[in-house]
Amino acid sequence: MFAVCRTEELPPGESARVVADVPIAVFNADGEYYAVDDTCTHQDASLSEGFLEGCFVECPLHAAFFDLRTGMPTCLPAKRPVRTHAVTVDNGVIYVDVTPRRTAGQDAALEQESVA
Amino acid sequence: MRTITVVGGSLGGYSAAQQLRAQGFDGRLVVVGTEVHLPYDRPPLSKDFLKGQIGTADLALGEQQDFDELEAEWRLGEFAARLRPADAGIELYSGEQIGTDGVVIATGASTRVLPGSAGVGGVHTLRTLEDAQALREELTTGRPNVVVIGAGFIGAEVASSCAALGLDVTIVEAAELPLARVLGTRLASACAALHSEHGVAVRFGAGVEELRSAAGHVVGVRLATGEELPADVVVAGIGVQPNTGWLSGSGLSLHDGVLCDSGGVTDLSNVVAVGDVARVFRPDLGRNVRTEHWATANGQPRIAVRNLLDGITNEQHTDMPYFWSDQYGVRIQFAGFVHPEDDVRIIDGDIEDRCFLAQYERDGRPVGVLAFNHPRGFGRARRQLSRPTLDVATS
Ligand SMILES: Cc1cc2nc3c(=O)[nH]c(=O)nc-3n(C[C@H](O)[C@H](O)[C@H](O)COP(=O)(O)OP(=O)(O)OC[C@H]3O[C@@H](n4cnc5c(N)ncnc54)[C@H](O)[C@@H]3O)c2cc1C
Ligand code: FES
Repeated sequence: MFAVCRTEELPPGESARVVADVPIAVFNADGEYYAVDDTCTHQDASLSEGFLEGCFVECPLHAAFFDLRTGMPTCLPAKRPVRTHAVTVDNGVIYVDVTPRRTAGQDAALEQESVA
Repeated sequence: MRTITVVGGSLGGYSAAQQLRAQGFDGRLVVVGTEVHLPYDRPPLSKDFLKGQIGTADLALGEQQDFDELEAEWRLGEFAARLRPADAGIELYSGEQIGTDGVVIATGASTRVLPGSAGVGGVHTLRTLEDAQALREELTTGRPNVVVIGAGFIGAEVASSCAALGLDVTIVEAAELPLARVLGTRLASACAALHSEHGVAVRFGAGVEELRSAAGHVVGVRLATGEELPADVVVAGIGVQPNTGWLSGSGLSLHDGVLCDSGGVTDLSNVVAVGDVARVFRPDLGRNVRTEHWATANGQPRIAVRNLLDGITNEQHTDMPYFWSDQYGVRIQFAGFVHPEDDVRIIDGDIEDRCFLAQYERDGRPVGVLAFNHPRGFGRARRQLSRPTLDVATS
């Protein structure tokens, strides 16, 4: 668990970047908090600098969109999901779990890998 | 359509092949490309690759699995010599004929070469992986004196990368203020200032008179002012021309690119064009535009392929041009259609700090946005750009 910041420091539409083992981007998407690996899976742009639209973030470099709930890209040029992380709020402080969470989309992708 | 041939195996061609499959085309897909490599990315060639921070493998536009998934027949190292609409075919330089029902033209552009540089060692242009490898080899042998000719985005990036390699660099540009016609004087000045700030010597408003060589290798560049700059390596970033030569006699309209309607469809409904080679009609501007940006080559195929598969223009290109450039540690991002006379307003940050967001406005409406090291603000401002209106409508 990593303390990110206080809730009032991350208003809706904003993002924060924390550096754990890998950099993680934390978003406030209209009141819901999400966290994903900060580095885009396409090249090395920082997703915390991307444009937030609902619960999707647009990569600031080549404009791939990622669904923050699942980490899945919704359009090219990114093809691989970013890992998602659990976010909790306790006593007005936002925490992020640095161990990646497995999501349905990623499970499917992983399953395919193990079948192949 | 049973067979579709994509001509050009770089970003535009690869994106078109992906879109063909994504949009349900399950017939025979042939990709013809003169380069022997699977699709790779060009932007890093003048940046991290030239600086030696990444290698050839990092340039790949996809992984092997991505290429396999396309189930395409790759004709790499093959040159499409002719398009023959009458007998529905593409003729390769090798003599092979590919019978095809549809064609995506994605042949991009080639660099202009400096007059008088033929056969002179040490003179480079930069477009392909081989160009970048050859240039990098010379830059890392000894400690050469470098002269970059042309201070557009590619020239500026090369100068920046050479400076990062610790070399002595001079950048020469015929215009008094490089990029002024693209960005307007105020923001062009901000870009131009980056060079001298980082120890690169500048000669703006100075035409090149002659390359000086000795024993087949360049030794200097003589300017119209009479000054002679010593040079062991010369890089010319003086623009590109679209690769349309192979289409002469095909009946397609060619004029600095392949002329297309607003949906990327050429004079023939089963032939579309995308990327650097395509000159697309923009109803919102009332004219044709050819765009030499990564995002265009990546994005146009979605619409062009749809229209190709539909057999009619059902969707138009309406995206705002977008490009980025990395120079001296500054990420420059630009979007929109601007005139040099548009008003420029700094909406966040400071030009002096090299971190700002500037908006171009016409009749009080935002028409373009330029950012230095301000990706978040840029993404937001880009979305608020007004669609350009026909000049006739505003006058
Ligand atoms: C060094 C460099 C840095 C760049 N940096 C940036 C940047 O930072 N930001 C940005 O927005 N854009 C940048 N660009 C521009 C971007 O890379 C181009 O817009 C993009 O590559 C265009 O893709 P394309 O597929 O249309 O054309 P190209 O990439 O030119 O590809 C065309 C392909 O077709 C092949 N071909 C040509 N003729 C034939 C034929 N007759 N038969 C078969 N094949 C043929 C060519 O060999 C080539 O492989 C940069 C370009 C360069 C060169
Ligand atoms: S780096 Fe994110 S889409 Fe390319």
